[in-house]
Amino acid sequence: MTESDDHITCREVVELVTDYFEGKLPADEAELFEQHLNFCEGCAWYVEQMRATVTAVGRISEEDIPPKARERLLTAFRDWKR
Amino acid sequence: MGQVQEEHRTSPAAAEEAELLARLREGDERAFESLVESHHGRMIAVALNYVKTRDIAEEVVQEAWLGVLRGLDRFEGRSSLKTWILRILVNTAATRGGREGRSLPFSSLAPAGEESPAVEPERFRPPGEAFAGHWNSYPGDWTTLPEEALSGRETLAVVKRAIAELPESQRSVITMRDIAGCSADEVCETLEVSPGNQRVLLHRARSHVRAALERHLDD
Repeated sequence: MTESDDHITCREVVELVTDYFEGKLPADEAELFEQHLNFCEGCAWYVEQMRATVTAVGRISEEDIPPKARERLLTAFRDWKR
Repeated sequence: MGQVQEEHRTSPAAAEEAELLARLREGDERAFESLVESHHGRMIAVALNYVKTRDIAEEVVQEAWLGVLRGLDRFEGRSSLKTWILRILVNTAATRGGREGRSLPFSSLAPAGEESPAVEPERFRPPGEAFAGHWNSYPGDWTTLPEEALSGRETLAVVKRAIAELPESQRSVITMRDIAGCSADEVCETLEVSPGNQRVLLHRARSHVRAALERHLDD
């Protein structure tokens, strides 16, 4: 819920950004949110920071399976097939 | 086989999955290998929420795959293959983590409770002043940073540390959403949290990691 129904503050933007990304803001709030980003460079940058954060977290999973673990699993799969 | 069971899920992804399942059930090694490869990284990341070391996480993931093989013939495709695999993994990891005294029951970690703002209140103009609730000074423009600032080894370590600091409920949600690439629905289903709670947990977790990145990048 926003404090006013004709605008939102920067302090509110930083709490609404996840709901905005998730497409879960009610239509009127989403509109206020986007209007705010149009005139507030600070919040536009903040939203970009949150996007960059999600991307950075996503990089953690880029790990390969160790060859030994792969071999063990393939052996288990061959046994399972029988 | 498999066709009849998966008939109610008709998206291209579901069709692709039905084909993969058929190949797995026929014992196609290449299919299994690519399944393992595409899930391994995210499974390790999820397992690390429940157990202490990378080695144990690796064991847990191995055990989960054996569980997947045992259940494969009975899998009916009511959820996606990915959700089903992750659920087996979470159960395996939670059991193992419980034995090691790391894991707490998820339901005891509801997000309600103390409010923790995404950004310290001091960064905004106080109530009563002109432009109350607006930035005192703007956060940085990360779009102008060189690519490696956000993808380098050091930055990755900052991100990992920030995630490790989170309460378990937040850590589980951000891991599943942003590392494992699960949808909101998949997280709600696997962890048994409401959609609203899922978003609150995700928001707090991402905000915490962002703040850690900001401290790192501003240095």
